[in-house]
Amino acid sequence: MDIISNLALGFSVALSLQNLALCFVGCLVGTMIGVLPGVGPIATIAMLLPLTFKVDPTGALIMLAGIYYGAQYGGSTTAILINIPGEATSVVTAMDGHEMAKNGEAGKALGIAAIGSFIAGSVATLVIALLGKPLTAMALIFGPAEYFSLMVLGLALAVALARGSVLKAIIMIVLGILLSTIGTDLDTGEERLTLGMTALSDGIDFAVLAMGVFGLAEILKNLENPEARDVVKSGIGKLLPTMDDMKRCFAPIMRGTALGSILGILPGNGAVLAPFASYTIEKKLAKDPSRFGKGAIEGVAGPESANNAGAQTAFIPLLTLGIPPNAVMALMVGAMTIHGIIPGPLVMSKSPDLFWGMVASMWVGNAMLVIINLPMIGLWVKLLKVPYRLMFPAILLFCAIGIYSINNNPADVFLTAFFGLVGYAFYKFGLEPAPMLLGFVLGKLMEQKLRQALTLSRGSMMTFIERPISAVLLLIALAIITVALLPSVRKGREEAFQGD
Amino acid sequence: MKRMLIAAAAALTLATAPTKAQDYPTRPVTMIVPFAAGGPTDIIARLVAESMSKTLGQQVIIENVAGAGGTTGSTRAAQAAPDGYTILMGHMGTHGAAPGLYKNLKYNPSTDFTPIGLAAGTPIVIVTKKAFPADDTKGFVSYVKANNDKITQAHAGVGSVSFTTCMLLTHQLGVKATAVAYTGTGPALNDLVGGQVDYMCDQLPSVIAQVRAGTVKAISIALPERSPALPNLATTKESGLPEFQVSAWNAVFAPKNLPEPIKAKLADSLSKALDDDKVKARLLDLGAVIPQGKERGPDALAALVKSEVDRWGPILKSVQQ
Repeated sequence: MDIISNLALGFSVALSLQNLALCFVGCLVGTMIGVLPGVGPIATIAMLLPLTFKVDPTGALIMLAGIYYGAQYGGSTTAILINIPGEATSVVTAMDGHEMAKNGEAGKALGIAAIGSFIAGSVATLVIALLGKPLTAMALIFGPAEYFSLMVLGLALAVALARGSVLKAIIMIVLGILLSTIGTDLDTGEERLTLGMTALSDGIDFAVLAMGVFGLAEILKNLENPEARDVVKSGIGKLLPTMDDMKRCFAPIMRGTALGSILGILPGNGAVLAPFASYTIEKKLAKDPSRFGKGAIEGVAGPESANNAGAQTAFIPLLTLGIPPNAVMALMVGAMTIHGIIPGPLVMSKSPDLFWGMVASMWVGNAMLVIINLPMIGLWVKLLKVPYRLMFPAILLFCAIGIYSINNNPADVFLTAFFGLVGYAFYKFGLEPAPMLLGFVLGKLMEQKLRQALTLSRGSMMTFIERPISAVLLLIALAIITVALLPSVRKGREEAFQGD
Repeated sequence: MKRMLIAAAAALTLATAPTKAQDYPTRPVTMIVPFAAGGPTDIIARLVAESMSKTLGQQVIIENVAGAGGTTGSTRAAQAAPDGYTILMGHMGTHGAAPGLYKNLKYNPSTDFTPIGLAAGTPIVIVTKKAFPADDTKGFVSYVKANNDKITQAHAGVGSVSFTTCMLLTHQLGVKATAVAYTGTGPALNDLVGGQVDYMCDQLPSVIAQVRAGTVKAISIALPERSPALPNLATTKESGLPEFQVSAWNAVFAPKNLPEPIKAKLADSLSKALDDDKVKARLLDLGAVIPQGKERGPDALAALVKSEVDRWGPILKSVQQ
């Protein structure tokens, strides 16, 4: 068996004392910096890249991968503790995770996130080792038309994801799509809706929008009503999930892992859909869907697993094709190149020790994260005990630093403050920001893919139906929308969520 | 306590007092890279900066200020104090094509900067999908001309190197290939490997792994001589497209009015970085071209910027109509 000898080679590399230490340092530093609100994996890796200059390429990559997982996990921590999702994939975690924290179950939420991520990471490592090559070939079948249809499916999911009124959800999704059209037009290079402001010429950064409508709005909300905030102080609750919780979360973790693994491979950043899809599925399958949005543990377990599995299988296009599927992976390409390795289809055959060492180190890194994070949960949760009058200025300060670090641009900080006010207004009007963020992320991709597909087809809309995968995806989307809009079903939904 | 305060105050005045140009540098130098971390310009900047840190005796820190095709970061560098502590890694787009692309450009590539020197050039390669029906430049040109209305070319967004060079090629061939815009080289290359688009022009470092592995087909390289990184690949000059000569050069700039001693020190440090064996090996492996002799230094760069601005202006104007 090739795969066993390959993995053995990988583990012999990854488990050397030096590489274990590098992996540990990477995960630890990644978590530490990733916990700062807004400092996601991209900023963290870019900042810490010089740290790896003194190490050999394999060790450096293992450390960088550790930083990547660490930062990713750190992002979930801020989503749960202070309702600030650092990137698109942790928006969903914030929804139920922060509710859990408010209910005094912050430890549980952090614990299940770590455990779910570990299980998902382990499975995803196996997927990469066993199926990396054949899956890459599959992913290449996806052209612009298929991506467009996949994004349509994503928006259909977003409607189903919303709690409360479908109309409000659609309003927010459309608003998100409209916001995504701000910036430079891809085809002509003309600026659109920028009001002549240079700060808007590249569009709104996701972190700016998310930190505003989630994080800063949350602070405003809490300042208006300081008592509500103290709930967190009163009961910290159990630090770790109980056996019962684990049983309840097993199926969601498995489903999330499967979804994340599949979507992560798609080179067009399909991974952003995974947590949203997982959340929708868990809500649909739950016996009592009304618990979702109020601190359902499955609503953290499923999406977190999907998120982590996707984050990991996103390495497949990079390792097997040498094509980065998203901005973080593009940065990994740069990092590899600086270390003298040009990622591409030949890495696997030319430097098997590096390739398999890295695959094995993914599993090691995930194990490391659990080891680092489970004992730290107590520490994170204690942070919530800090009086809010001390806490919120600190959060604001770190938010400002985090936002600034994305593009080193002060205008982004002001823009975040503006979206904080907008988010507060949403809260007052009872509008959910999550569907807007999904609309924002998908809107951008959708427009690009629509225009690419139509340019390639010379303007023929038939391309979306003539291509079989695209047609199937559109059919599924249609089915989901129909179910969501069927009057009888909608009546049932609204009754179920009336309590909000 | 009092003594400590005085010492601290003294240290502060020392730190803020304008130091003589001869002492430069006394604190870390920031090199602005006007693109996201990980791209070809960023890689070249980081490799060069690490070696420059050694010769300058102070850290050269990379600050990525991405946006608007590199003009956001370049504007910031143009407006920085000319003290040598803020320098810029500009490139063919920001200091050649930008005036032809952006109406509201807030700097003049020739007059708002003190040129330090050329760092490294990355050659441009014409690559096609694997199933493309031609293998060499002649076949490529005749196929593109014969299928003028059907052919598609991918590029990484208006203002990117792949955009400007593709425009140059179609301009020279007199064809009207449909341009499909992507958000970066990665997504464009992905669809080229998948066979969704016919061809693209891009910097060698971005496509070299794909070419070596045979997932895309390289037609020719726009260099006067063959590249040691891909010795089997014909140049445009030898294979019938001699007018297609273009390179995505990267170069170090400082704000205008930089004191002469600092300029000389930076130029010297940059030149030493390009002779550093480690930097050289990495750059050559990427397929980059390292400037030699007369091509180095401030004067050569000033001349290059002028000729590039003059060259791109009319081309970009003609294709944008």
